[in-house]
Amino acid sequence: MSAIVLHGRKVVGGRAEGEALVTRETISGWGGINPRDGTIIELRHELRGQSFKDRILVFPGAKGSSAWSHYFHMARLAGAAPLALLFNRMSTKVALGAVVTHAPAMTDFDRDPLQLIASGDWVIVDADRGIVEIIKK
Amino acid sequence: MKLNAAEQAMLDGDQGIAKQKAMELLLKYGEALGAERLVDTNNVVGTVGTATPFVRDYAAKASGFDAVFSEFNLDSPEVIETPKFSAYTCQVIHGVDTEHWQIQGIAKEVAELQTRGEEYFGKRGINMLATCTPYQVGNVPVLGEHCAWMESSAVVYCNAVLGARTNTEGRESTGAAGITGKIPYWGYHLTENRRGTHLVNIECAVDDMMDWGLLGYHLGEVVQDDVPVLSGITSHPNQIKLKHFGAAAASSGGVEMFHIPGVTPEAQSLEAALGGGTRIETLKYGEAERRRAYEALNSTARDREVDFVMLGCPHSSIEQIWLASRLLEGRRVHENTQLWIFTPRSIKSIADRNGYTKIIADAGAVLMSDTCPAIGRVMPKGTRVVATDSAKQAHYLPAIMGVQMWFGSLADCVDGAVNGRWGGELR
Repeated sequence: MSAIVLHGRKVVGGRAEGEALVTRETISGWGGINPRDGTIIELRHELRGQSFKDRILVFPGAKGSSAWSHYFHMARLAGAAPLALLFNRMSTKVALGAVVTHAPAMTDFDRDPLQLIASGDWVIVDADRGIVEIIKK
Repeated sequence: MKLNAAEQAMLDGDQGIAKQKAMELLLKYGEALGAERLVDTNNVVGTVGTATPFVRDYAAKASGFDAVFSEFNLDSPEVIETPKFSAYTCQVIHGVDTEHWQIQGIAKEVAELQTRGEEYFGKRGINMLATCTPYQVGNVPVLGEHCAWMESSAVVYCNAVLGARTNTEGRESTGAAGITGKIPYWGYHLTENRRGTHLVNIECAVDDMMDWGLLGYHLGEVVQDDVPVLSGITSHPNQIKLKHFGAAAASSGGVEMFHIPGVTPEAQSLEAALGGGTRIETLKYGEAERRRAYEALNSTARDREVDFVMLGCPHSSIEQIWLASRLLEGRRVHENTQLWIFTPRSIKSIADRNGYTKIIADAGAVLMSDTCPAIGRVMPKGTRVVATDSAKQAHYLPAIMGVQMWFGSLADCVDGAVNGRWGGELR
């Protein structure tokens, strides 16, 4: 089966591949995730109880507290960070968060990753070349 | 990103390793954003706190405050000596109240670590305001001033109510900004990004602090991080109401800017607030939306026996302490319930002087500073059911501490504390 290819802008360079975890809801850092295991804890969030650890996190963008970057920073130190971040809406929270997560990150896609990627799909992110390949599960 | 000569010199290490690391981080961050340059700032609100459990564990392993500062404020695993700060920098709310740690159930060594950290960073120029509301205790930036602030509720107040300019910065970017006096010129630093995107027609009374919290909570969920413009407000809000409105909108969503024509400084008129934008979305806020926000904020609450009542999120002004002490005077908090009120320490000293602290203490409640239940994870032992007048605290605390949460008015909360039982409802 052929891969779907998305083009976007590098936010943080690097290459990663793995299984996608996709949400259509914005994510909070502080009060939204447990940095020790990467679990979403926000009460009414559709991913509540699921972990982004070692997954390619595909989400609309960040919301909430200014400690967004600090919480993703702690997740990285705890070994619970996502493998890569793919998102639509740029903000200072998500940009700084991506930088301190030290994981490849991309935005500004030619097509909507939330439409094309489903949780469980295999995703290859090459942020330096601005390319995302999606292999549907 | 284009750097000027002074910025390039910092990046090249001409002014020491700390500024070099800070400039490297600002460059990566600016490029991630897609910013074209940096802007000078001399007003930073950030954190160097070491007392939260994760950072405390790191401090114990990595030995010392410089290691914490390097990793958590500069994203540098290499340990660098914390320099004196170049920009005016204030400490935001943090994890421990070093005057009330015993009541809060904090271990002695944690309170001592906090005190040592405050001494260490204090003399390097981090001004220990220790509040989520720096604008209540002297850091009041002027119209158009470029700032680099953390704390989502303070950011939205800084932009919308004061007309100063900041994005929601983080721990690492404010560390770098504090020692370089630079921050990416992006987002709300630029005039064209400050204009309204959504026109909100208000079709019900928005009057007291609870009403403003409900309106903010609803709008944050709907507009996410866009810029709402409120039309049809029938009563002029004050500082307390705008503080609660912004805090709520920055919790359910990511609102960093709003306009109220005739109230906020960049909205002399509706036209000015919308700034000639052509793709303005129109929303309505009426009784149905108000009820939905109320129900969402009370969605975790089942048991009416209240263990703990929390006031002061964002931190209370002296006016709010006066209002609470008037409601408490001559009454007594129920034996099964605790009431804690949070305010910046410098405002607490006014409350001490006025006798409000004594009125609160005589009622069996406690006036505290520096932290809050959600930030410091401090609650009375065994707490299962909490009540608050803050939409922000009601949004976060159940997720962070696994408690049930009631949200209501200040009077509902004080009555709940005195009766030991929640009787609030949407009126």
